[in-house]
Amino acid sequence: MGKISLRKVTKKFGEVAVIPSLDLEINDGEFVVFVGPSGCGKSTLLRLIAGLEDVTDGVIEIDGVNATQTPPAKRGLAMVFQSYALYPHMSVRKNITFPLKMAGMDPAEQERRVANAAKVLNLTDYLERKPGQLSGGQRQRVAIGRAIVREPKAFLFDEPLSNLDAALRVNMRLEITELHHTLKTTMIYVTHDQVEAMTMADKIVVLQAGRVEQVGSPLELYNAPANIFVAGFIGSPRMNFVTGADADKLNAKTIGVRPEHIDLSKDAGHWKGTVTVSEHLGSDTFLHVAVEGQDTMTVRADGDVAARYGDTVYLTPQADRIHRFGADGKTLK
Amino acid sequence: MARAVTPARKLGFTIASWTVGLVIFFPILWTFITSFKSEGDAVAIPPLFVNFHWTLENYVLVNQRSDYLLHFWNSVVISVGSTFLALVIAIPAAWAMAFVPGKRTKDVLMWMLSTKMMPAVGVLIPIYLMFKNTGLLDTLTGLVIIMTLINLPILIWMLYTYFKEIPGEILEAARMDGADLKSEVLYILTPMAIPGIASTMLLNIILAWNEAFWTLMLTSSQAAPLTQFIASYSSPEGLFYAKLSAASTMAIAPILILGWFSQKQLVRGLTFGAVK
Amino acid sequence: MATQHSRSAARLMISPAVILLFLWMIVPLAMTIYFSFLNYNLLRPGAHDFVGFRNYYYFLTDPSFLIAIKNTLILVLGVLVITVVGGVALAVLLDQPMWGQGIVRILVIAPFFVMPTVSALVWKNMFLNPVNGLFAYFAQLMGLQPYDFLSQSPLMSIIMIVSWEWLPFATLILLTAMQSLDSEQMEAAEMDGASAISRFIYITLPHLTRSITVVILIQTIFLLSVFAEILVTTNGGPGTASTNLPYLVYGQSLLQFDVGGGSAGGIVAVILANIVAIFLMRMIGKNLEA
Repeated sequence: MGKISLRKVTKKFGEVAVIPSLDLEINDGEFVVFVGPSGCGKSTLLRLIAGLEDVTDGVIEIDGVNATQTPPAKRGLAMVFQSYALYPHMSVRKNITFPLKMAGMDPAEQERRVANAAKVLNLTDYLERKPGQLSGGQRQRVAIGRAIVREPKAFLFDEPLSNLDAALRVNMRLEITELHHTLKTTMIYVTHDQVEAMTMADKIVVLQAGRVEQVGSPLELYNAPANIFVAGFIGSPRMNFVTGADADKLNAKTIGVRPEHIDLSKDAGHWKGTVTVSEHLGSDTFLHVAVEGQDTMTVRADGDVAARYGDTVYLTPQADRIHRFGADGKTLK
Repeated sequence: MARAVTPARKLGFTIASWTVGLVIFFPILWTFITSFKSEGDAVAIPPLFVNFHWTLENYVLVNQRSDYLLHFWNSVVISVGSTFLALVIAIPAAWAMAFVPGKRTKDVLMWMLSTKMMPAVGVLIPIYLMFKNTGLLDTLTGLVIIMTLINLPILIWMLYTYFKEIPGEILEAARMDGADLKSEVLYILTPMAIPGIASTMLLNIILAWNEAFWTLMLTSSQAAPLTQFIASYSSPEGLFYAKLSAASTMAIAPILILGWFSQKQLVRGLTFGAVK
Repeated sequence: MATQHSRSAARLMISPAVILLFLWMIVPLAMTIYFSFLNYNLLRPGAHDFVGFRNYYYFLTDPSFLIAIKNTLILVLGVLVITVVGGVALAVLLDQPMWGQGIVRILVIAPFFVMPTVSALVWKNMFLNPVNGLFAYFAQLMGLQPYDFLSQSPLMSIIMIVSWEWLPFATLILLTAMQSLDSEQMEAAEMDGASAISRFIYITLPHLTRSITVVILIQTIFLLSVFAEILVTTNGGPGTASTNLPYLVYGQSLLQFDVGGGSAGGIVAVILANIVAIFLMRMIGKNLEA
């Protein structure tokens, strides 16, 4: 079981409120991603759940039990750190065994669990090595191994992939998702990368300045962002925002349309503009278009579109894909 | 530096550096060579470098004149004893300051450092009188106490800088893994800090071994370490260069060897972590 | 992060060190200050009258005090100039590509590990001695009169000996600093057309400034209290020609048994050292923030 509830949780460092009163429900077995720009309080929130920071106010419940004052080790949670935090003087085996040893578990059971975790994570051949002799991906797996042997109620991941190179990051993303399918344990994952959030999460929590901006499944956030911040943060490339006459016509302060929801034409359309940069990815082409009277807009076109620097193009937003935002930044229904 | 260096340039630098190095090292080398000469050969003109009758007699004579082993043993007891004693006091203090820093931690550290800046002559008289009144003059106990106190600030500082380098996430990981304070210290901190503690120890032993103010002031014979043993050669007595050399070689050899192993830590320790 | 519990544990762990250092420094220092106001001579037992600042008056107006101050300053400055200039030069040299760098490093470092009494006696007898010393032999080879270093320029000789002891320290620290210089910076300067000399002036020296300051300050602390080298070579003489402040205080208190006067001298030394210490502590304190 791993159901975590935060009620009116507040964290202040001195006078600065990093997290002003926050409520959140995390259900058993969910893969929840906290995402937001750096400094938004997502790591602090994770550390509050872990018990590595004391909450200033509010209640944290784990499986219905008030755990606000429980020390980290007694909460039944396991954490994977950004730097992996492997014990450099211990072999992989000892690293993974450490939490079991601390729990005073029967040695035979310790050995069984470590062997099992090593098999799941493809670490069997590396058990006698020291962390210094492993590659980044292997270290990452050891850190995960140390977490899974405890069979915790929930896993906490603090930006675990940020130290890996791009290719490995994609790999580990898949491995962690698969691990979640296998273990079916609650996972809370912190990242600033919205691609990781979209690809891995059952439920995304978008945070800004310690406040929850929106909670929902990846597609809910993509299709129905609650406000301009979430709309801009989720989706890549970023949503285009337009103000002025076009917005006024739709009774909004700002309207937004995603690059993939704009039709491109060489002859006619709603907006006329000039291509400033075209990025050919093969499968897609992203055109950055300088539109008269607007900011530069990004448009996703087919991979074989032959638009080049200086070409004149016409853009038309798909009417049913336009998001409207009020003066307060909230989405207008 | 991936760039190729011309062999000629490299050769030039090699010759220049070796020359300078040998000139600086020469007094030690010369002392070492002279220690194997007869007293006559030691003052021969022109000086003899290798073509003389090598003998070990000086080492024997030095031991007869005064008990080298006693003074050597005193040096070992004073430097190693004070180092261990100081470590026992310094490790908890440095640990606490590195991992549970408070508002005044920095002030305490600076204050400890300031005690090291105090010139010894400022406290010479009270210490001397106290030692005289308590019978600690010329005792190993007295010197061990003094050396412990003298090097305590350096020790705490070095350990502090080493402990500071242990990443906080590792300690948090240990806490998540269920380690209590005792296991954290025993299984995580101590093993990770051992290289730092070892080099701190080494440096401290060297400093205590070579300390030549308090050892000269507070000892005369029974507890005299090698610094005092050598100082007894300060008044000339006939031909004594070879014997002086033998005594000097025996006094510096052990620490010279230790010192070569601890060059890197030396920089850090003597600059209180300001240069790494 | 830290709980109340771990804070009190921490305080408990620091206290032995703090208490010991407090007893070690503050208590004797207070006693020294107290003694410095007394007419207290070990040869004249009995009452120790309070004499106000008379000990300071005698100590500061004693002609040997001014000489000792002058000698202390010459000694400190002389050694600093030699070791810093020599240290920078050596660090630059040893940082160049060469064969056997490790061995040269070891050779250069060695004098630092020699105990002061040994280096002073070896220099005094085997090099500076006007009859049997090696320097006398070289002088004769070149047709010069042997020079009695220790009696004719005692202070210079001591500066030489002490510089030999401390040159390795300066070299080692500056070399360490030098090796931390980003080689890309050097390459960028080279691409920008800077000659080897401009690179030294504009890149290397500024990079070394901090370490040079550290070297100067730390050496000053130690050099202000040079003692053993003087004790075993010149005994402060001839006359007071090589007496520095620590030696003067030692003479006053342990040779003349004048506790009051010696204490006053000790306090003067403490005040002088503190002036240097304040600068050093500021530097290290700044480093602590970083």
